[in-house]
Amino acid sequence: MIADIFVRIGYAAISLFILTNYGLLLIGSMARISAKVQGRVGQPVWQPYIDIIKSIAKRNSIGHGVMFYLGPVFRLAGGIGTYMFIPAVFGSVLFRNFSDSGDLLLVMYFIFFGQLGMALGASEGGHPYSALGVSRGLAQMTAFEVPFALSVIAVVIQYGTLDITAIVAAQQGGFLNWTLFTNPLAVLAAMIAFLGMSGHNPFSVVLAPQEIPIGPPTEYHSNLLGMLQTNRAVFNGAKLVLYMNLFFGGATNIVIMVIKTFLIYFINIFVGQAFPRFRTDQSIRFFLGVPTVVGIISVIIAVL
Amino acid sequence: MSSKKIEMAPLANEGLPLEERALFCDVPPREYEPARGVIEDFYNWARSQSLWILGFGTGCGAIELRPLMTSRFDMYRFGIQPRATPRQSSVFVIGGYASVKTLKRIVRSYEQMMGPKFVVALGSCTINGGMYWDSYNTIKRIDQYIPVDTYITGCMPRPEALLAGFQELKKIIRAGRAEGQNLYARNFEWYKENQKKVIKDWNMPDYNW
Repeated sequence: MIADIFVRIGYAAISLFILTNYGLLLIGSMARISAKVQGRVGQPVWQPYIDIIKSIAKRNSIGHGVMFYLGPVFRLAGGIGTYMFIPAVFGSVLFRNFSDSGDLLLVMYFIFFGQLGMALGASEGGHPYSALGVSRGLAQMTAFEVPFALSVIAVVIQYGTLDITAIVAAQQGGFLNWTLFTNPLAVLAAMIAFLGMSGHNPFSVVLAPQEIPIGPPTEYHSNLLGMLQTNRAVFNGAKLVLYMNLFFGGATNIVIMVIKTFLIYFINIFVGQAFPRFRTDQSIRFFLGVPTVVGIISVIIAVL
Repeated sequence: MSSKKIEMAPLANEGLPLEERALFCDVPPREYEPARGVIEDFYNWARSQSLWILGFGTGCGAIELRPLMTSRFDMYRFGIQPRATPRQSSVFVIGGYASVKTLKRIVRSYEQMMGPKFVVALGSCTINGGMYWDSYNTIKRIDQYIPVDTYITGCMPRPEALLAGFQELKKIIRAGRAEGQNLYARNFEWYKENQKKVIKDWNMPDYNW
């Protein structure tokens, strides 16, 4: 029994390690693709690794109290927690993680847990731009949560279960069984919410990288920034795997998982390179408009 | 640095009002030992491949930084990107002439950066004052106030010259010679005296990191 638990923890650790590396390469390759769209060479694919090593190699760091240190810890816990309760590959022993111990509600909780923890930690930094980034982030999160929750409700009603493995199992046997084709409106609402969740261009005002406010992590540096960068990879990967499981029929092996998640993430780049950035108030109005209505209709269709 | 003995009042954030002193650090900076052998080489390689510029234009030369982001010059391919906050950035580009007013901000921003930190001084004004050599409110040599790793001469240097300068900085970092942070800590009192000599209205903390 005990040995069994340790074997599962070992498998989960391997699975997490693979996902982290995949997430980092995904971020790097997407940056490279964006650069090609803009007609430039772009950073190397392995740049996220170098950035993390650089952050760890910093010689000094300063603190702002306990909560400041706990911010990235909560964020990383949110990322790892999200992934730990999702089966990355359907039917695989190595990649099932702890998916039989938690359901969709727990995963949704973990998705938002990290952001809330980060909000507490970043505010402790005392920098006004941190607070600004946090308020923008939480406002946008509250808005995109509505269509996302509605589409998850539609999926749960459709399959009559909260268990992610059961939802994937119900979609097996041909691509016409995917939620994408059985409940397209729910997928549409969820994909629009996904754009907000990923923080790419139309909804990138929260992080606003390389501009005056850099968002919640303004005060974070050295190892703490390294943790946040690692979490970005883990969290991105976990969200992609969740979306693949809920809406795109899951994956039966790792190659299909990589192809599907890459294509799902590519939607971000596709939209992000074509549309300019929304202000926070605009993005809130956007999410509470058409996507929410689409989500409500998808729930009604699922009930009928 | 300077041969003559420097007489200084003890630095205790004395430029600040009493109620604000507790908000800032009151410990002088210390030197940090590099890691051993191969590890430090590896770290230096990573530092040189991931140069985050503090996106803070301190003079007219900063206008030459902006084209680097565009598709034509594309500094991202060298691992260089701008960063909005001193906490996360590792390279400080002094953009040309520094007036005394700007020097205050330069010093504060530099001290808030986490080490190892590198300084690239851009334009002739940072070397000898350039065309502002006789100006009453412009400093002549930036390396008397903060340690500098690389100079890029010209008035103005083209973006290509900047990229060449960054390649030079990378070589210096990889060779392990970019120890500006330790130099600053070692000669902290000398630097502080020089800074206070020109900044008459010193109303900022002496140690801010």
